[in-house]
Amino acid sequence: MKKKVVVGMSGGVDSSVAAYLLKKEGYQVIGVTMQIWQNPDQACRLEERGCCGLSAVEDARRVAAILDIPYYVMNFKDDFRKYVMDYFVNEYKNGRTPNPCIACNRYIKWEGLLRRSLDIGADYIATGHYARIVKLGNGRYAVKNSVTADKDQTYVLYNLTQDQLSHTLMPIGDYDKPTVRRIAEEAHLPVARKRDSEDICFITDGDTGAFLDRQLGNEAPGEGDYVDASGNVLGRHRGITHYTIGQRKGLGIAAGRRIFVRQINPSTNEVVLGENEDLFTDTLIASDLSYMSEERFSPERTYIGKIRYSDKGTPCRVSYEGDRIRVLFERKVRAVTPGQALVLYDGDYVAGGGVIEG
Amino acid sequence: MIYLDNAATTRIRQEVLGEMLPYFDQYYGNASAVYSLGAKSRYAIDQARDRAAALLSTRPERIFFTSGGSESDNWALIKIAEMLSHKGRHIITTQIEHPAVLNTARSLMERGFEVTFLPVDSEGFVSPEAVRDAIRDDTILVSVMTANNEIGTIEPVAEIGEVCHEAGVLFHTDAVQAFGQIPMAPDRMNIDLLSASAHKIYGPKGVGLLYIGPFASHIGALIHGGGQEKDKRSGTENVPGIVGFGKACELAAATIEKRMEAESALRDHLIGRILDEIEYSSLNGPSGDKRLPGNINISFKYIEAESLLILLDQNDIAASSGSACSAGSIEPSHVLLAIGRDEEEARESIRMTLSDKTTLEELDQTVEILKKNIDMLRSSNIFYQAAK
Repeated sequence: MKKKVVVGMSGGVDSSVAAYLLKKEGYQVIGVTMQIWQNPDQACRLEERGCCGLSAVEDARRVAAILDIPYYVMNFKDDFRKYVMDYFVNEYKNGRTPNPCIACNRYIKWEGLLRRSLDIGADYIATGHYARIVKLGNGRYAVKNSVTADKDQTYVLYNLTQDQLSHTLMPIGDYDKPTVRRIAEEAHLPVARKRDSEDICFITDGDTGAFLDRQLGNEAPGEGDYVDASGNVLGRHRGITHYTIGQRKGLGIAAGRRIFVRQINPSTNEVVLGENEDLFTDTLIASDLSYMSEERFSPERTYIGKIRYSDKGTPCRVSYEGDRIRVLFERKVRAVTPGQALVLYDGDYVAGGGVIEG
Repeated sequence: MIYLDNAATTRIRQEVLGEMLPYFDQYYGNASAVYSLGAKSRYAIDQARDRAAALLSTRPERIFFTSGGSESDNWALIKIAEMLSHKGRHIITTQIEHPAVLNTARSLMERGFEVTFLPVDSEGFVSPEAVRDAIRDDTILVSVMTANNEIGTIEPVAEIGEVCHEAGVLFHTDAVQAFGQIPMAPDRMNIDLLSASAHKIYGPKGVGLLYIGPFASHIGALIHGGGQEKDKRSGTENVPGIVGFGKACELAAATIEKRMEAESALRDHLIGRILDEIEYSSLNGPSGDKRLPGNINISFKYIEAESLLILLDQNDIAASSGSACSAGSIEPSHVLLAIGRDEEEARESIRMTLSDKTTLEELDQTVEILKKNIDMLRSSNIFYQAAK
């Protein structure tokens, strides 16, 4: 019997082409859009619990109709609020800078969608990520860089579990973006020219600070002091949730020189400012470890460590400190940011990673 | 396919479609025109009005055609509120109304009207006493649905209407689910305004009616224009739709008792088999003759309705959860929450609604498929395993 695969369809070109390719390969394809959040402006008012005809759903539905595959919308709004939005807000409140896409991948796209897909009899789920999943010689699954380095999305997939990976297909990892768009054109998918989505999906205006203020309401950490490394007060800040490590713009303070956010102290409600060179360090601590290509990191081996999505990576070594790791980079890295993910690569493969503590 | 979503919409009956077709390409005249072709349309509309009136045991001049149930609900609430706003600005409705009423009421709240949303009991009943207690000096309208679309509860609308009339308050009922399924006679049920729709009774989509009784006859128009429908509902008449609606009403009137009996028996058979044969299942809404003949709504503990509905679809069975949203995902139903179910339980319920073509064999097959897929879903549910 044909293998059944549920494709998570966002209405964008990548997941649409993923569905198209799988159908062409002979899978029994089911399209699913995960309804994960709603813009309050668009929400209908049925008991404050309404729903919105997001264009994502409409586009995905059209693509599914063209591909002639069954299509459903699944409601993940409660999980998304709990595992992604609440986490996002709490991390900022604690002076950290979270990566909501990683949380969404792990808890919503995989834990949620995979479970529901297995429930309805699917063998796999598939996504439109630019990454490849391979089974290694040691029997473990790992994600591997996509053929297009500039679109590589392995960073946000580092904490998927072995079980999740073994039930996942990423059919567009073998292509680059122009090719994916060409495939979409050839298949007459109406989303071929759709713009890439960007930034954080639930902050539509891109203003994270304003979003956090709205979410936190009275609980928003209020104004506080900008201080230098020695504790001298330099001015007033708007609340720690408005800042991230390495930030220069929008500080609203005239120092007569280029100054940057160096540290955020939630306990004292202080934002520490410093020079650009203060932001460089050759070490960090990461916790909440996940393993992908191997069961445990090796202190003998040199990995490539990425400390944010856009990071090109720096060679590093790893040593354990209890259930955390200390990472020593071969050269200094800029703006290590608590809350972001450290992802370790072994060649093309994701070895694993953790959450940066400092 | 086994189609069990007749409360969402029905398949048009061949006789209905047959009567409509000539009005697309033969008798296509505008009913307001002078020439004979227009008169043909005019006559067809009048005949449809007679048929709709007969189904409601009322006079044809009290029937006004609209684009459907939602328009009728909007019209009744908005224009009565405007008409009587000098008398008061308080409206009473219930927590379990269709969104066409709930959201219209909310839009009136934004315009300075005050709305009381009455609670219901565990089977979905609104009590006439609660309506009486809620009526104030400034109450201008009460709107309570005749039968609930999700759990099939048939409300005591005649008693509620009586309470309203004793207090001198107009009474509207959204009868979209009840119309043509159970006998309705607004003239004798203290109903001043009644909304109904064609596509729930094997008629076409896009056409409905508002019954306007004598106490509400001064209601203004919601749609302005060329003065059709005695200046109350402008816009060139949807002649084929109205013709189809008329035919559907005629057929409904002729078969109503037979259908009620047959569908009630099928309903009780399906409910009985499910409750007997599927553990942790429970009925939402009342049983017996206080429930719409074709409505079944069941909660299956440890089951996500969303997954079950997909599995049913994969098995060619069309069922629904009461509250699919426009995007198509499932929200916890406001009706189930109102009868005291929690959010979890509300996510575990599915609705199956019958037609007059539904057979016993189809329902027996549905039970088997339900059993198989519920077993499968529960086998991977840790809470179910723990409960066992």
